[in-house]
Amino acid sequence: MKLAQFLSTAALAAGLAVSAQAQTELTVYTAFESDDLQRYKEAFETANPDISINWVRDSTGIITAKLLAEKDNPTADAVWGLAGTSLLMMKSEGMLEAYEPAGVEALDTRFVDPASPPSWVGVDAWVAAICVNTVELEKSGAAMPTGWKDLIKPEYAGMVAMPNPASSGTGFLDVSSWIQLFGEEGGWDYMDALHENIAFYTHSGSKPCKQAARGEVPIGISFAFPGAKAIAKGAPLEVVVPVEGAGWEVEAAAIIAGTDYAEEAQRLMDWAVSEDAMKEYNQGYAVVAIPSVAKPVPNYPEGVLEAMIENDFEWAANNREAILKEWTERYDGKSEAK
Amino acid sequence: MTVTAQHDLNITRRRVQPKAAKDEFWQRGLILVVIAYLFVGLVLPIAMVFTKSLQNFSFQTDQVTVAFQTETGFDTPRTLQSWFEETGKEINNGLRPTERTRLAIVKVIPKPARAGIEAFQITDLSEKGGQFLIDGVLSEGGTTYEVERKKLSKVQVKPQVDYGLGNYGYYFSSPALFHSIQNSFLIAIAVVVIVVPLAFGYAYGLMRTNMIGKGFFRLAATVPVLVPSLLPAIGLIYLFGNQGILTPLLFGQSIYGPIGIILASVFFTFPHAMIIMIVALSSSDQRLYEASEVLGASKWRTFWVVTLPGARYGLISAGFVVFTLVLTDFGVPKVIGGDFNMLALDIYKQVIGQQNFQVGAVVSVVLLVPAVVAFAVDRIISRRQVAIMSAKAVPYQPEDDPFLDRAMLIYCGSVALFILGVIAMCQFAALAQFWPYNLTPSLTHYDFSKVGGGGWSAYWNSVKLAFLVSTFGACAVFIAANLVEKARGFELGRNFLQFLAMMPMAIPGMVLGLAYIFFFNDPSNPLNFLYGTMAILVINTSIHLWTVSHLTASTALKQMDKEFEAVAMSLKQPFWRMLSRVSAPVCLPAISEIWLYYFVNAMTTVSAVVFLYSPSTQLASVAVLNMDDAGDIAAAAAMGMMIFYTNVIVRVGYSLLTGRLLGQLQAWRHR
Repeated sequence: MKLAQFLSTAALAAGLAVSAQAQTELTVYTAFESDDLQRYKEAFETANPDISINWVRDSTGIITAKLLAEKDNPTADAVWGLAGTSLLMMKSEGMLEAYEPAGVEALDTRFVDPASPPSWVGVDAWVAAICVNTVELEKSGAAMPTGWKDLIKPEYAGMVAMPNPASSGTGFLDVSSWIQLFGEEGGWDYMDALHENIAFYTHSGSKPCKQAARGEVPIGISFAFPGAKAIAKGAPLEVVVPVEGAGWEVEAAAIIAGTDYAEEAQRLMDWAVSEDAMKEYNQGYAVVAIPSVAKPVPNYPEGVLEAMIENDFEWAANNREAILKEWTERYDGKSEAK
Repeated sequence: MTVTAQHDLNITRRRVQPKAAKDEFWQRGLILVVIAYLFVGLVLPIAMVFTKSLQNFSFQTDQVTVAFQTETGFDTPRTLQSWFEETGKEINNGLRPTERTRLAIVKVIPKPARAGIEAFQITDLSEKGGQFLIDGVLSEGGTTYEVERKKLSKVQVKPQVDYGLGNYGYYFSSPALFHSIQNSFLIAIAVVVIVVPLAFGYAYGLMRTNMIGKGFFRLAATVPVLVPSLLPAIGLIYLFGNQGILTPLLFGQSIYGPIGIILASVFFTFPHAMIIMIVALSSSDQRLYEASEVLGASKWRTFWVVTLPGARYGLISAGFVVFTLVLTDFGVPKVIGGDFNMLALDIYKQVIGQQNFQVGAVVSVVLLVPAVVAFAVDRIISRRQVAIMSAKAVPYQPEDDPFLDRAMLIYCGSVALFILGVIAMCQFAALAQFWPYNLTPSLTHYDFSKVGGGGWSAYWNSVKLAFLVSTFGACAVFIAANLVEKARGFELGRNFLQFLAMMPMAIPGMVLGLAYIFFFNDPSNPLNFLYGTMAILVINTSIHLWTVSHLTASTALKQMDKEFEAVAMSLKQPFWRMLSRVSAPVCLPAISEIWLYYFVNAMTTVSAVVFLYSPSTQLASVAVLNMDDAGDIAAAAAMGMMIFYTNVIVRVGYSLLTGRLLGQLQAWRHR
């Protein structure tokens, strides 16, 4: 009796061990929107039943700080859905393992690390946009802005919110794109003028758009994704693609150097650039790495793809410190909240 | 002869000393264990903050050489330094390098100088290597790498660390950062100037008048301790923001900035000041007032010469407590500060926004100084306070004064209305479908799965953390205080433990949190496995809140006569039996108070844990912060209200439970 019991317990334990072995758990750091995570995980695991994803999610700034803090002792096996700028920073720390995912040649080359093999591959992109609250705009009597240059008109005084580039990736994206669009001097002149119209600088990139949705400010410099979501919730919002062109940033995937699960991480990379994955990204994001897959997303403004500027990521990453220092000195020191 | 005498004497001397019985060894062992706990959880991490703040990064341009390919091989290698000297360029354009700065070799060696060169040899001269990276791969010491022309742009020089005061120089010469010191002090002083008189008046109404509704007002005033400091800031945005219902009251001023920070800070520091004022006003002598009346002094004069001086230590103490609270809080300026910078916020921005841990550490040290000074002054003052109440004093009994009673009722009523109004506003906004365009009540914002922050699991994590911290903390603190107060001998260890127990109060939560990253995330630290677990949050929170708990426990233990120990010893009872059978039951009111203090604060704390939570241990209070950060302010208000209700329930449950339990255990107090 006792022996039988023992044997059945042992068999059960062995069975568990087998199933545990078959299931590799991959720790993946991400800044993807939280409501997308479960969907991406399920889609990946259906295609790779022997691997399960353990998401570690936080906002871009926090997850980047966490990855860098853990540099000498990383807990992540891979990164999937983090800003390209952050991955450039990690690459310059020697934290990424270069790998060329199967099917990478189908990707828009602007999305892929130019090195061969690439250290990171972009999977989708978020593009800067202007969120305008139509109700509040009407109250103020100002006209609907069409581009960046409109926002410095005196009629928008105190009506604009934008993310602080020192604490938000989107904010840095805006600032670096203005310098790339208007030139070094023109860019700073533009920001000087814009500063006069800024109601406040936020620490998060999606916040200005959500604030515009609530009417806390009439105009939020942000990106299209939160705007489209707020419209779906019933906000009186219009998402404007600036006529001058818009800065953008990829959400990318990469393998953390020294992972114990290199093979599984490579399969994650392979899947992350596959067409199936692109269809998943496309449910929320209009711009994905394989342009032919992209279908229009509800409530998204038109012409986003065309508005994307020639963004020089390396230049932006290399000049990040100098730009932030200049920006902080010009605008952050002002104590008055206007 | 003499030798034997001395020998005998030695023996007797040894006998006279009370045998360090097994009991005492246990006590000393326990003291050492608690000291070790506080050392690992407090002293060492804080030391790491100081070390980190001294780390400077610079490029060792003489440790990297580059040789050009010629027809016959490679020419003589030149150091990068010689290139800088030749071109006259400044390293990194004269900007201060941080841990993450990289120098591209193509920017160092001018294009004309390397025209037509097809390959380069780059050598790392240093012993330990790591001077540069080629396409993300670190160089090894004393190794030469051959790089073709196309790849030269992929070579980046990496700065090396050394120790010095450079970061401090940088910090104090940077106007934006230095500005925040000024801002922090101005705001903290402004809040002190508002809150202390406000709380004094409120406490005066409660203690020195016969106005009605005292019980209600006492409860209303303590509501702010039940919510994270972020919540009043959110409530104020709903009340006075650009879409607020009371915005016209600001006459065009914006709530984002100093006004909002001051109002929200007044809200969350008010109960702390009021509790101190109640204590200060409760210990007053009726005879002084009678004397004043007999001497013909007017009521007004009596107030100035008797009431105020009697409460002066309380006023000063409240001032310092409020000052420190405002200075070290980062939730309020984060939510409502707009672009108004403050010190605690700078730490967050440096660490999270710019990944500059060294400057974050410098700001931490800068923040530590006023916090320690304020704390030290407060301790010195509160030590004096003890002596003012004499044994013969007659407790003050307020007389009926219809005018004063009514005036105080209006005054306390408006303060309570402000406090409850802010909370009610949060609840109202959390239930609105889409503020301000669609006010239909709905529970959509309680579905946290659509917003970041961890949702309901974060809420349950917080409840779990609060239970763990309060239970573990209350036990640990009480045992530690018991050892300090009641252990025999080992003066040195006990004094040191007392000193360590007082330290956490002076350490801002943000600084402690940052210190934990530096200390526990170091791979060479054997305690590294704690990083990212619930355990590290329990350790951090238990230590962060240690001092107040320790003082509560000490006060209760001091009231117990030393004779209990003597009796226990003569009955040969081990100290732990004395502890569990006598001290703990007698001090149960204090222990349960500590438990509640830990619970409520673990639910609301943000600053200490904001750097430490991991995705599996997200917390409700941090979720409030992150939801607001992402712009999901209604969900943030909803989560903040969940914290509030949880604390209310626990508090009410606590009163019911302790009421009954204490009735049984404390029956000996009544005849």
